[in-house]
Amino acid sequence: MKRRILQISLLFAAAALIVTGIIMGQPGEVLAKAAKICLECIGIG
Amino acid sequence: MDNKKRTAIQLVATLIQNANFKGFFTGKISEAPTKSVCVPGLNCYSCPGAIGACPIGSLQSSLSGLHIRIPYYVVGLLIFFGVILGRLICGFLCPFGFLQDLIYMIPIFKKQRVRTFRGDGILRYLKYFILVICVLLIPSLVRFTPFFCKYICPSGTVSGILLAIADHKILAALGGQFIWKASVLGIILVMSIFIARPFCRYICPLGAFYGLFNKISIVRLKVNEETCTHCGACARCCPMAVDPSKNPDSAECIRCGKCVHECNGSLHLGFVKGDKK
Repeated sequence: MKRRILQISLLFAAAALIVTGIIMGQPGEVLAKAAKICLECIGIG
Repeated sequence: MDNKKRTAIQLVATLIQNANFKGFFTGKISEAPTKSVCVPGLNCYSCPGAIGACPIGSLQSSLSGLHIRIPYYVVGLLIFFGVILGRLICGFLCPFGFLQDLIYMIPIFKKQRVRTFRGDGILRYLKYFILVICVLLIPSLVRFTPFFCKYICPSGTVSGILLAIADHKILAALGGQFIWKASVLGIILVMSIFIARPFCRYICPLGAFYGLFNKISIVRLKVNEETCTHCGACARCCPMAVDPSKNPDSAECIRCGKCVHECNGSLHLGFVKGDKK
């Protein structure tokens, strides 16, 4: 039962964090970074 | 689960996460809106095939920007993935995990393979150190320094190699930092011949994070204590050197299902209700 409560609580917390991030426009920031070649990642920058 | 079925699922997951196939020929990465969503596994967003964002890269990007932004969105997604699947993501969905599994399948050095060794247990804590120091702390303190991506991440190096093959300008720009990263990748790939999933065991910060959820994730290993004879067959076949009958919720278990396949029916991998072990 404790595990089930923890699962549900964490899922709600995750949903709250995702919604907060969406409201703050963070998916756009993720897209802006992911749509360009990351020079550090590929070993140039 | 049958190893062939798992390999097929890993292949499909890798292809889906890298479905921008033309990128492999043009050297241009996808700019599709799907890249605003993080994929669950370690798949660099600079891979020419990637159609999603890397969660570790996105996390570091938020933390190491001009102004520190708490990455609510990425952390929320990571917790969501972790609570549902735990390290099943490592076993089934991670493209870099799949690459290591493919190398481990090479049968030439089968006799030299090692399941565990002295110091293996302590080395496994390294991934937590990398998560805290290299992924969270350094990018938060030093602007524009995604330390893990820049100096360690082998998935990014694979992306760099794929981009360099398709684009001669990128090939010409490769220098000292790339040599360092290629060396890290090379060591990991050579180790993968002898040890199952060395990157996942010792280095991967994503695996470290998802491992924290193995105790509570909805998809878990369930042991039937009434029928389990503790014969040790599950422990002997486990590539991560875990004993599933004693510790089914181990943070090291990548939920590959090999133990379930070897077992006489006392182990079950899937959705587990409530507090059942």
